[in-house]
Amino acid sequence: MSTSDDLGDLRAVAALSDDVRRAAYQAVATAAPDPVGRDEVAAALGVGRTLAAFHLDKLVDAGLLEASYARRSGRTGPGAGRPAKLYRAAAEERAVSVPPRAYRSAAALLAEAVERSGAEAVLHEVSYEHGRRAGTGGPGGPGGGMGGPGELLAAHGYHPVASGGRIELRNCPFHRLAAEFPPVVCGMNLALVEGLLAGAGVDDWAARMDAAPGRCCVTVQQTKNKSD
Amino acid sequence: MTASHLAQFNVARLRAPLDHPSSAGFMAGMDPMNDLADRSPGFVWRLTEDGKDNATGIRPIAPDVIITLSLWESLEALRAYAYHSEHLDYLRRRREWFLPHGLPAALVLWWVPVGLTPTVDEALERLDLLGTAGPTPRAFTFRQPFPAPTGPAVLA
Repeated sequence: MSTSDDLGDLRAVAALSDDVRRAAYQAVATAAPDPVGRDEVAAALGVGRTLAAFHLDKLVDAGLLEASYARRSGRTGPGAGRPAKLYRAAAEERAVSVPPRAYRSAAALLAEAVERSGAEAVLHEVSYEHGRRAGTGGPGGPGGGMGGPGELLAAHGYHPVASGGRIELRNCPFHRLAAEFPPVVCGMNLALVEGLLAGAGVDDWAARMDAAPGRCCVTVQQTKNKSD
Repeated sequence: MTASHLAQFNVARLRAPLDHPSSAGFMAGMDPMNDLADRSPGFVWRLTEDGKDNATGIRPIAPDVIITLSLWESLEALRAYAYHSEHLDYLRRRREWFLPHGLPAALVLWWVPVGLTPTVDEALERLDLLGTAGPTPRAFTFRQPFPAPTGPAVLA
């Protein structure tokens, strides 16, 4: 179990063991799909620009980030016309399992079996129940933090971005599987988010299927019946 | 300009006749989804029954199996309509209206030379080929696609 691919994944994941570098990766990943510059990451982390640049370039070397150059609008003064180095998260997924495990392959087989047998309704039930348990007592609910559904969804890996009464989810936790089995996996995901909201006691926001390229197929919208 | 269009053929076994109350959700979505397809980027053509705007009356497999057959400029154009639009929610709800049909595949894709329109008989052959031989350049799926032929189009 030491093919070159596995070693690449291992090196990529190992690059995240430094706390500052991991924070730099998070700062870039959560800004997706917009690329971010060194100044923004330095400000987000509260570190100097040189240190931010060092870690960002290490992440590029590890294959976790991709760099590009672009002129940024709205700049004035010396150097304003120079292209800035911008970073975005690489699309490739990295996974390391020790000892070797193949859960992704198992997930694909199970998804195909659900599709072929027409068992989606059961999958939705199971997902809703799992979400409800996972959402109970965690962040975002009445007994948890003050962040509401955004905090709840962030705690489960969705990278929520709120705008008005609507939350888009910039990360799909099931990305590759969702691309292979969209109705099955996106339906599962919708039921899961509905369960999370119910478990956390969030009754004035509702999840709906709202598919678009480049983000999770589910959005969460504020409903009118605000309760207290 | 692409020299090939992507053909899409889908079959689905109805739980109940289309005029049954349990098919109401499917019927309510049919015209909006067909309209959405018609104005989607990369849409080329879809099969309709004479005098109607849908193909639900064309049932070459069994009395309770309906079909769709359409042409698109690219795999990405079809993917954007099928999976990155309101159509995804319609697909998500398909078990409310359709039963597993017992066939190895419900959807088959293949490339056709621009200007040709696939027939239902050809579509049935492609679905059969996918079921027996698995994904090949002549009959494939979204999960295992094949690129459009680059040379002169061959009438396979």
